Amino acid sequence: MRLNHPLLNSKKFLVGIGTLFFFIALAAFMPFFMPDPKAMIDLPWAPPSNQRILGTDLFGRDVFSLFVNGISMSINIGVLAGIVATFLGVIIGAVAGYKGGMIDEILMSLTNIMLVIPTLALLIVIAAFTKIRNEVFLALIIGITSWPWTARSIRSQTLSLKAREFIDLPRISGLSEIEIIIQDVLPNMLSYVFMCFALQMANGILSETGLSMIGLGPTDIVSLGMILRWALLWETVRLGKWWVFIPPTIAITLLTTSLLLVNTAMDEVFNPRMRRI
Amino acid sequence: MKRPTSPPFFMFFAKKAAFYLATYFVALSIIFIVVRLMPGNPILQLVSRLIGRGRGTVFGVDRLYLLFLEEFGLDRPVAEQFFVYLKNMLTFNFGVSISYYPNTVGEVIKGSMPWSLTLLLPSILVGFIVGNYLGAIAAHKKGITENLVFNMSLFVSNMPYYCFALILLYLFAFIWPIFPIGGGYSYGTTGFSLTFDWIASFLHHYMLPFLSLTLINIGGQAIGMRVMMIYELNSDYYFYSKQLGLSEGKLVGYAYKNALLPQITGLALAFGSIFGGALVTEIVFNYPGIGFSLYNAILREDYPLVQGCFAIITLTTLLANFLMDLFYVFIDPRIRATYAGEKT
Repeated sequence: MRLNHPLLNSKKFLVGIGTLFFFIALAAFMPFFMPDPKAMIDLPWAPPSNQRILGTDLFGRDVFSLFVNGISMSINIGVLAGIVATFLGVIIGAVAGYKGGMIDEILMSLTNIMLVIPTLALLIVIAAFTKIRNEVFLALIIGITSWPWTARSIRSQTLSLKAREFIDLPRISGLSEIEIIIQDVLPNMLSYVFMCFALQMANGILSETGLSMIGLGPTDIVSLGMILRWALLWETVRLGKWWVFIPPTIAITLLTTSLLLVNTAMDEVFNPRMRRI
Repeated sequence: MKRPTSPPFFMFFAKKAAFYLATYFVALSIIFIVVRLMPGNPILQLVSRLIGRGRGTVFGVDRLYLLFLEEFGLDRPVAEQFFVYLKNMLTFNFGVSISYYPNTVGEVIKGSMPWSLTLLLPSILVGFIVGNYLGAIAAHKKGITENLVFNMSLFVSNMPYYCFALILLYLFAFIWPIFPIGGGYSYGTTGFSLTFDWIASFLHHYMLPFLSLTLINIGGQAIGMRVMMIYELNSDYYFYSKQLGLSEGKLVGYAYKNALLPQITGLALAFGSIFGGALVTEIVFNYPGIGFSLYNAILREDYPLVQGCFAIITLTTLLANFLMDLFYVFIDPRIRATYAGEKT
């Protein structure tokens, strides 16, 4: 592996990926050292102390334990929603861009239609009506409603790749269109696909938080959105219990910012028009 | 030069209108399908819930059931149900709200709509103007200004609206209590009136929700503008004009105008996303807008109201996009040329 890759010289990329890995490590290992997040182990509303870094909530649960478990759940939902959305977006975008003609028209009309329907409102209605409350379903509906952005940008990338000469070779060799898309088009925009995934994952985390906060998320899990929901229900702001709602707020912001930083840094490295002269 | 009211412009107008109508149709269809996929008999659930809340005792259970069956038309074929549903949605006949019982959904929405609009429109516009200005300055000045604006904007714009709202609320309503903790106006006053007291109390309650939405908007716009401005500052015409010796101010002015155009599309999209974003912000601040109605509707399982709120939010977003598309034609000479059939 080349160590002098331009990405590794990008401060934005390093900060972004560093923050991301910090949270992933926190979410992956910390829960093992913490008490059960749902166990009531102390007095209610105990402020932060040496023993309990973030104090306890109304039920005397350890807030730090809730917090690290919540990060873990939010990242999981974000990744799953991101994978679903990116997968749908890449397939629809690549097929539309490569096939062109009627198929392109139909797929792009569908994309544009889905793009202007307000996503969060749509999610709220779907979640409110279906009443299925589990994290996989939540991630799925987030993914299914947020692919249009990805489809649009993947399509334009495919269009530009399609016009290049190296694609002529497999075409002359008689490979089928699906084979060309999978073997030649997609590998050449892998970095782009990953950039889309970073944005979709951030969107997934944000959507989960929004939905859980208004009570449409799974009720039996601990996620950052659920912690904020409890914070709202118990009026922690009015009571000044900052240790319940400030940490998740910061965690969500840092997580999504780090994902966007990774995206921006990759854009600056791979997209020559963004390089400063 | 031909005016943009020539037949090709009408075609453009018709095409756009057809697209947004189709979009509204798709959005409504999705909801229709989702509602029909709901497990169990929705009317039975509705009736049992009403009775559980002690509201259904006026009627007999059977009568209530039949009443709802008739109102929702569930005894008719699916195709007919769909057309009735579409007709109701297009004529804003959203039915009777369950949680605000005697009131119709339309009345509830009419009451909360002005609150949302007075919160959203100014915050979008202020965010747009200030954000673009900051973004352009950042791209042009480079160095410390750019880093400062970029990193601040990145952090703020990535903060979800509601998270930022929580932090502002904590800072300015608890630690340094200069603003009220929630609501749209003081409890002492009864409702909308044009007295000085009421307006003062309205503005007092308005500041925090407004700031929480506007600052994030500024950040988002500044980030987008910075990228657009960098494109323009690296373009051939910019270098050419620079070689010709045009003044710095004029150069930046040209670049700014060109960079602003794509941002206007962003303005339309901001309308769509901020409506979603403000939903939760309103809940945090107990601000009596559409989002708050929707929240109450979800809490009380008031499905007609949920559906009505969604229809109105979607419709407003589509309308904003439609107007923006038309507006675009008038401000961008290149697009005007394409659609008005002029040769460039």
